[in-house]
Formats: sequence, structure tokens, C-alpha cells
Amino acid sequence: MRHLLSTADLSRDDALLILDTAEQLSQVSGRSIKKLPTLRGRTVVNLFFEDSTRTRISFEAAAKRLSADVINFSAKGSSVSKGESLKDTALTLQAMGADAVVVRHGASGAPHRLANWVDGSVVNAGDGTHEHPTQALLDAFTMRRRLGDLEGRRVSIVGDVLHSRVARSNVHLLTTLGAEVTLVAPPTLLPVAMGEWPCEVSYDFDAVLPKSDVVMMLRVQHERMNASYFPSAREYSRRYGLDPERLGRMPDGAIVMHPGPMNRGMEIAAEVADSGRSTIVEQVTNGVTVRMAVLYLLLSGSEPAIGGNQ
Amino acid sequence: MTYLLRGARVLGGDPRDILLKDGYVAEIGAPGTVDAPGAGHVDAGGLIALPGLVDLHTHLREPGREDAETVESGTAAAALGGYTAVHAMANTSPVADTAGVVEQVYRLGQEAGHCDVRPVGAVTAGLAGRQLAELGAMADSAARVRVFSDDGVCVSDAVLMRRALEYVKAFDGVVAQHAQEPRLTEGAQMNEGAVSGRLGLTGWPAVAEEAIIARDCLLAAHVGSRLHICHVSTAGSVEIIRWAKSKGWDVTAEVTPHHLLLTDSCAESSPTGSYNPIYKVNPPLRTAADVQALREALADGTIDCVATDHAPHPVEDKETEWPAAAMGMIGLETALSVVQEAMVETGLLDWAGVADRMSARPARIGRLDGHGGPLAAGTPANLTLFDPSVRRTVEPGGFASKSRNTPYQGMTLPGRVVATFLRGRPTVLEGKLT
Repeated sequence: MRHLLSTADLSRDDALLILDTAEQLSQVSGRSIKKLPTLRGRTVVNLFFEDSTRTRISFEAAAKRLSADVINFSAKGSSVSKGESLKDTALTLQAMGADAVVVRHGASGAPHRLANWVDGSVVNAGDGTHEHPTQALLDAFTMRRRLGDLEGRRVSIVGDVLHSRVARSNVHLLTTLGAEVTLVAPPTLLPVAMGEWPCEVSYDFDAVLPKSDVVMMLRVQHERMNASYFPSAREYSRRYGLDPERLGRMPDGAIVMHPGPMNRGMEIAAEVADSGRSTIVEQVTNGVTVRMAVLYLLLSGSEPAIGGNQ
Repeated sequence: MTYLLRGARVLGGDPRDILLKDGYVAEIGAPGTVDAPGAGHVDAGGLIALPGLVDLHTHLREPGREDAETVESGTAAAALGGYTAVHAMANTSPVADTAGVVEQVYRLGQEAGHCDVRPVGAVTAGLAGRQLAELGAMADSAARVRVFSDDGVCVSDAVLMRRALEYVKAFDGVVAQHAQEPRLTEGAQMNEGAVSGRLGLTGWPAVAEEAIIARDCLLAAHVGSRLHICHVSTAGSVEIIRWAKSKGWDVTAEVTPHHLLLTDSCAESSPTGSYNPIYKVNPPLRTAADVQALREALADGTIDCVATDHAPHPVEDKETEWPAAAMGMIGLETALSVVQEAMVETGLLDWAGVADRMSARPARIGRLDGHGGPLAAGTPANLTLFDPSVRRTVEPGGFASKSRNTPYQGMTLPGRVVATFLRGRPTVLEGKLT
């Protein structure tokens, strides 16, 4: 594997290797000194064309725990805001010797283009409304920790599927790992032709709820309301929000996930977000671990994740 | 200037000698029977002779974007593609919405001399969709504009469209509509379907084209005017046009070579990876079912003609992320090969059919005298010689166009234009500009 652009590119073995590696690396997070020398002398560039402090610092922490040199490149106030093209930015990073480029971009497919122009590994940290592979990996990692093997587990992903890179990445990855995925959304927030998607689709949250081992809520952008995807925030919340009453109808042991940032009171009630079933804070912790595994596997190949010289 | 084309297969028929003299076809006869002392001889054995191709839809970019194309470079590309006339679209800078601009483009075409340039006039001033441009002034100008289009933008206002259709009747003009309902296509990047859903690119639904075509067919019928539909791209549009024609309404339509060959799957997987905006075009590449419907419609005449929508863009406007890239692809130098691949080799059209769809009908729609054939003694000597037996790998490095945004780079396509004659004068010989 040279790049991580889409979870659709991951075989079951690839995905399991990343998750198992993350499991090994998670031991580091429990230590007082959370650092491995594995990527010493390697340079990881965080190339963020969209503001995303959460994802950026997660990748930054992951790279630093592996002792990589980290360069943060934010489009704001940089040459990009002066009109520099993605290609020229790529060539600049290339000339500076970036071993890996972690890219967040508002355009679907921007990381795929970038991968044509740099020699280093490209990690997609979210591209437009396409994919967010490391989010799906950390979600799968979190599910495995809570529920064990994902084979046959029923995962419901609820919300703005049409514009969600999290949903796309999760559908590919979770089905590769054997889970049964159901996407739940108002018809306006689903792509028009989903016949080939390896998942079920439902408009009825309440029907799906009792059959879910995992309920993953997606953030709903307020601007969707102005574009008439749904009549009002309140109506959306009534039909597709996860409130305490719906939480109560979930099966015992079922968990609640959210990639963040949340709209409390919109797609998820505060009591639900803060309940014991919620994995939202764990997801953030696991994000660092999974991203360490991805950077490690892309940059240092087949050596064991944690050497004997610790 | 006299030329004897020896052994050419007129419209794919038996070999004939064709004598071109003083700008006209002087004689067509069995091989060896045409006497032509002093004539330049062209060995046309095995070559198909077609009337010079006529493009109803070319972006020459001049004035304004001479970095992408000029009248000189674009018409050179046209000649190399077998064309003897092109209609230059109006979305230049300044917009071709006055007699002054259309006369400038017309004159630049005459000076370049590679093929006739017939400017298309804008329907609305500045392509802004608010008030009619001075259509009559453009019609009466030296450029004798007959085709009017806001191409690139849809004349979406129903009242304005009605008025334009009515008004151009006074000078036998035609409104060529770029059918795209604007609200349904805000931010649209590619065909809305399975592929756009997977790629997370904003969809351009077929209904946005079909709804405008249906409306405009009804408007044209209501006011009794001529309507031409640019770059039809969907199976649904074909059905609507077929229905309108069955009513006897004066509706014509064109399809581009790329919509006859490529599908939206190119955005997802191509030899150059995914999300390569070389495949980004408006209207977008559609599905395989649409491609099949378009081919059949061109074969049965529901779609009247092939028009290239040759849309040059500089490299930097395509070497970007998909949403930032310009829409469009060049096509003049590959059109006939693509039509051979999509229509002739599939058995849907013979060479007479190709001549009809790429020369006769577009000339008639554009009210372009002297072009469109037939290839017969006494007609203006506008023709092209095409070798259908070769296969070539498309290499845009050798194109005359200033731009390189061809989706066929590296593809092997059949056929090659060997020679083109404009009023008896060769513009292309042995596959090269004269």
C-alpha cells in the first residue's frame, strides 16, 4: 500500500492489518512516555485546505508519537490563498522532501490528483463529499473494542449520507469487515442511484433502531436546511435525531457513535452524546492510534510496529 | 488551381477520379476517364471522399482567450479534421453579441484561410440572459449570422426564449439552445448517477437537460419557429426530440463525438487514474445506455448531426482538482475517427450517412450555402479525403489546436484525414497543413 485514498482500496487483510497494528500501537498511548522512534527522520506534511483542527491535531499527534518531523501547512494565509494551484503546492512539498502528505481538501478526489504529483505517500484526511478513510478506520477500531469481531454486526449510519465522506468510507470498510450496514436518511439526503452500494437503505429510523448494534449519527450542516433538503431543523431532529427515547429502544449493548463535531440538540441529544453508550470521546482517542498505524504502515513497511529496543 | 483526385471512393462507393477546377468540382468519372492536363495529381486510392465537414459548434476562443485557441489555430485544427466550415460559438470575451464582434471573427477566419468561419451570435446581451442581443444587426452584418446561441449558458427564462425563437424567424435564423436547467445543476460536476454517488461529486441530472428540451420544443411549436438543440446527451432527450419531430415541428439536434464514445465511468477509472478532469465536460459524459441511445438516434436521424463542441482549455485549467477544472474537451482533429469508431464500425451508419450527419445536415441547419455537398460536378469543391483503413494512437502533441485537452490521448482510433479542399484549394495534403 502506497497511499490511503479510499477504504474501497483496502482488502480485508489490509484493513485487519491496520486495525491489528493500531491495537499494538495503542499500548504506547498508555505509557508515560508516548513516543516511538519508528519514523525518526521522516517528514509528514499536514496539508489542510479546509479548517479541521480536530483531524489535523490527531494526525499531528500520531506522527509525533512516531517521532516523525511534522510540518503543518494550512491553506489560509499561505501561497494557496494567493492563487497557487494544487499541483504547484504538491511540487513544493515534493521539493521539500515530504515522505507523506496528509491532505484535507474541499474537492472530492483532490488527494487522488495529488498522488499523481508527489512521490511520497498520500493520506486522504477527508476530500469533499467523497471519503474520510481514517475516520472509518477509527470507527471500526472503536467498534471492535466495544463489540469484538464485526462479522454480522449491524451498523446503522444515520444522517446526511449524500454529503458525507464518513458514510462512504464506512460503507466500504465495514462491509469489507463483514458488518451489515444500513444507511438511514431522508430521501433528499441520499444519492439517487445506490443500487450498487453494498448496504441497505432506509428512510425509517425507528424501524432500523431496534435492529442496530451500532448507531452512527452524522453531522447535519445547517446550510442544508436553506437548500430545502428538509423543512426545518426541528422536523429533522424529530424524524432522524437520536434522543433519549430512541436510545432506550436500542438493543442492550448497542453503542452510539458520532464522528464529530456534533450539533447537540439537532442530530443527537446532549443526554445521548454523554451517555455510557456513547463512544464519542473514545473515537477521538482511537483516532490518534489508528492514524499512527496508517502512517507507520505507509512509511516503514513491514518491520514490527513496536521493536524490541523500547 | 486544378487537382485530379485519382481513385477516391465517393461516399465509400466505387473508385472515381474527381477533377477540381476553379473552385468547383468539374467532373467525376470512372478511373482513367477524366482528362486533366496540368492538374496536380493526388493518389486517392482507397480513400473515402466526403463533402467537407461542417461543424455547428466550435469554440475558437478568439477574441479573449488566445492562450487556449485562436481563429488561426482552431481553423487549422478544423482543416486537419476534414472540416471546411465551422460555426464559432459566441462565448468569447467580449461576447459575440454585436455586429462588430461577429464581423471581427468572420474576418479573422477569412484571413486564416483554413476553413470558412461562420460566427454564432449570442442570443442575449453578454450571455447574461436578461435582454436580447441585437440579433438583426448580426444577421445583416458581413458575417450573415443565422445561428444564435448562448452556449455555455442556457436561455433559461421561458419568455426570453420564446421571444428569441419568434424574432429570428424574420431572417430565417435558428436558436441553438444549451439545455441546462440552472437550478437543477448548481455546482454540478458530472452526470448524476451511480458514479457521482460513489465519487461524491455533485450530480448533473439528465432531467435538467430534458426539461428544457421539452419546454423549448413546445415553445418552438407554439410560435412556429426553428429550434436547434446543442450537444444532446441523454436517452430521455432523444425520446423528447423524437416525439417533437413526429409532430412535424422544426426541431433539430446535434450530438458530440465524446457523447457517442465515452461514459461517466471515465471519471472513476481511466488510464490516468480517477478524478482526471480531462473528462469533465458540459453536458457531462453520461451512461452506456445513453451512449447507445444517442448512437441509434444519430443513425435514425432523430439527432441530425455531429457537432464537436471543440472546447480548448490551457493545461493549467485542467491540471487541477476536479471541481476547480474547466469544462470541455477539444474534438476537431479526432471527430471523424470517433464517428468511424462509434457509428461506422458498429454498422449504424455508412459513409453516405456520415456525409449527411457531418456535412449536409449541419450546413442546412446553419443555412450555409456552398457547403454540405453533394459531391457532384458543378458544386463548390469543398471536400475531404479520409483513409479509414489505418489505426492511429492519439497524440495531442501533433495537434494544430493550441490546447491539449483531448480525452482520447493514448487511445487507438481508426482513420485519418489525408487531404481537405476548400473551394478547390488544398488546406491539408498528406495529412499536413499546406
